[in-house]
Amino acid sequence: MIKLEKRPQPSKRWTFATPIVAVLLTMFFGGVLFAALGQDPLVTIRTIFFDPLFSEFAWFYRPQLLIKGAPLVLIAIGLSFGFRAGIWNIGAEGQYIVGAICGAAVGLAFYPMESFIILPLMVVAGALGGLLWAMIPGLLRVKFGTNEILVSLMLVYVAEQLLASMALGALRNPEGMGFPGSRNLAQYPSATSWINQSAGMHWGVVTALIAVIFAYIALSRHIFGFNVRLSGQSPRAARFAGVNPGRLILICMGISGTLAGLAGLFEVAGPAGQVSIDFNVGYGFTAIIVAFLGRLHPVGILLAGGLMALTYIGGEIAQSNLGLPIAAIQILQGMLLFFLLAVDVLTNYRITLARKAH
Amino acid sequence: MTTKTLLASAALALGLATGATAQDTTTVGFVYVGPIGDGGWTYEHNKARLAVEEHFGDAVETVFVESVPEGPDAERVMTQMALQGADLIFTTSFGYMDATINVAAQFPDVKFEHATGYKRADNVSTYSARFYEGRAVQGHIAGQMTESNIIGYIASYPIPEVIRGINAAYLHAQEVNPDVEFRIIWAYTWFDPAKEAEAANVLIEQGADVILQHTDSTAPQAAAQAAGNVVTFGQASDMAEFAPFPRVSSIIDDWAPYYIARTQAVIDGTWESMDTWDGIGPGMVGIGEITDAVPADIKASAEDLIERLRTGEYHAFTGPINRQDGSVWLADGEIADDGTLAGMNFYVEGITAEIPQ
Repeated sequence: MIKLEKRPQPSKRWTFATPIVAVLLTMFFGGVLFAALGQDPLVTIRTIFFDPLFSEFAWFYRPQLLIKGAPLVLIAIGLSFGFRAGIWNIGAEGQYIVGAICGAAVGLAFYPMESFIILPLMVVAGALGGLLWAMIPGLLRVKFGTNEILVSLMLVYVAEQLLASMALGALRNPEGMGFPGSRNLAQYPSATSWINQSAGMHWGVVTALIAVIFAYIALSRHIFGFNVRLSGQSPRAARFAGVNPGRLILICMGISGTLAGLAGLFEVAGPAGQVSIDFNVGYGFTAIIVAFLGRLHPVGILLAGGLMALTYIGGEIAQSNLGLPIAAIQILQGMLLFFLLAVDVLTNYRITLARKAH
Repeated sequence: MTTKTLLASAALALGLATGATAQDTTTVGFVYVGPIGDGGWTYEHNKARLAVEEHFGDAVETVFVESVPEGPDAERVMTQMALQGADLIFTTSFGYMDATINVAAQFPDVKFEHATGYKRADNVSTYSARFYEGRAVQGHIAGQMTESNIIGYIASYPIPEVIRGINAAYLHAQEVNPDVEFRIIWAYTWFDPAKEAEAANVLIEQGADVILQHTDSTAPQAAAQAAGNVVTFGQASDMAEFAPFPRVSSIIDDWAPYYIARTQAVIDGTWESMDTWDGIGPGMVGIGEITDAVPADIKASAEDLIERLRTGEYHAFTGPINRQDGSVWLADGEIADDGTLAGMNFYVEGITAEIPQ
């Protein structure tokens, strides 16, 4: 009889193997799914996972990976602190929106003045916007014990309404012929986050890489990272070690809100260009998958963000070249998280063949 | 090397390559904002794509990507289609406007057709349908069908096209029923069954017994069916599965003749940038069958209205019409000009709601 036996300690080997096994399983069962849809599974898998990197047009797709991956990595890094400490900020999408609105508002206020100081001011405003939006569920949790999962999630919908009203009102382009949406910040030299558009480089990509490095140092070399991990594993022990749980909640919510706000600002000032009603496309939610796929480890998150971006871009190629429905791509992305969670069992448990008791 | 020159040279190289190998095949790309199974807007665009395939057979190959978010994702999908050798690309949502212009500038040899926008270039045409003619017919029927005198309206985004539809429906409802009142909910989506159903239920609770929708799913139809005594109209697609009641008629977008004509123009090398705005007359706007749930006399007068719109004998915006603030827009007998209609950002007199600002 097959039995799951709890390991005395999480297996180090499986911690690293899990994401790889999950990706391989996803490729395999994705292939089965594509075959059932009447496609050649090998061609489809190749189109999704390899064509964006190595095909004839890879020079176009590789920079696109940076554009698509940067906000995912930036947000996921922020979320990973809280997730390690057992603090569940599900509303990064809302913090992303508010960061974009605040940052864009500062940039638009200066239009059409040109000055090197405008983008830095926008960055500060974007970070503050995300931070303050995340402080709402943070403070409510600390002061009144509300559930931060629900509050942060609900605030996403509030942020979406705010976004719509901004696109239609205060931030609307006065030269937009009555249509909603702000001026295009990507065409405003002092405000754009682009560094080199054809290389896919904008300040969000740079910030994401810096965030990865800082998160790595903080988590592995700093007492703060120790406190975060301890609080997640054993809240009681953390309290004995002198960790103030309320302060930890605010710091973790603050980090994730700030980074999500920054991601929003860099997106609105570069790739998206304008505050529009449909500005947000779900990066804040997808980043949750990225954070877990990357094992809440900064380097893992970097790789996972790249992989997720790959499935998006490869998925679009597969749709247009092979006629694959988008639902099949979404199933593939869902499978990735599903297999990750399923295989994750092996990190903490071991499969044994139990003998019958006498 | 900038993206522009890189892309242009790639496009050129590709143009040479396809010119040599696949001279007979024209590739037409479609970028959709919703899923092809939405039962409304995207469904009809996809139906027209299939009509293109059927009409041209092996001479034309079509590709599409569905549920493409407006913004950088749309730009990437269009670039990718152009790179892979599309000769003509239809971008079928208003929000794709800037992306279409950006990508078109990088691929001067690829033709682009942007639905419902106002920005054109040498290789970008725009096209739209005079949906407001259909709205006029809906208002005409709705004004006579309502008993509570409250008509609910699920609006998508406050852009001229949607505001025009509300005005056309209101004017023609009020013409046949001076007591009629419009309740408008802005859903801020083109397609979100859950939000649309919620909006429909709120309107029904407020006493609306007719619901008009400018969103694409059949969720409001289902909500009306559950309520039992609420009249609806199909939007973008016939939505005939809800006929004969609650769906009593519909506005059908028929893009097929236009798509076939434009594809033919690319094949013939006669394609030119232009702005097309067709209505019931040329067949771009169809009115779905008026069911027997509508009393015969109302049906007859509605059909008469359709006929007058079709022949051009009557224009849906014919004065006297005042703006919401009471100022004169059109004098007696005056007909609205296309420029004002295209940028319409005001309600007509009698509507009590306000356009979101």
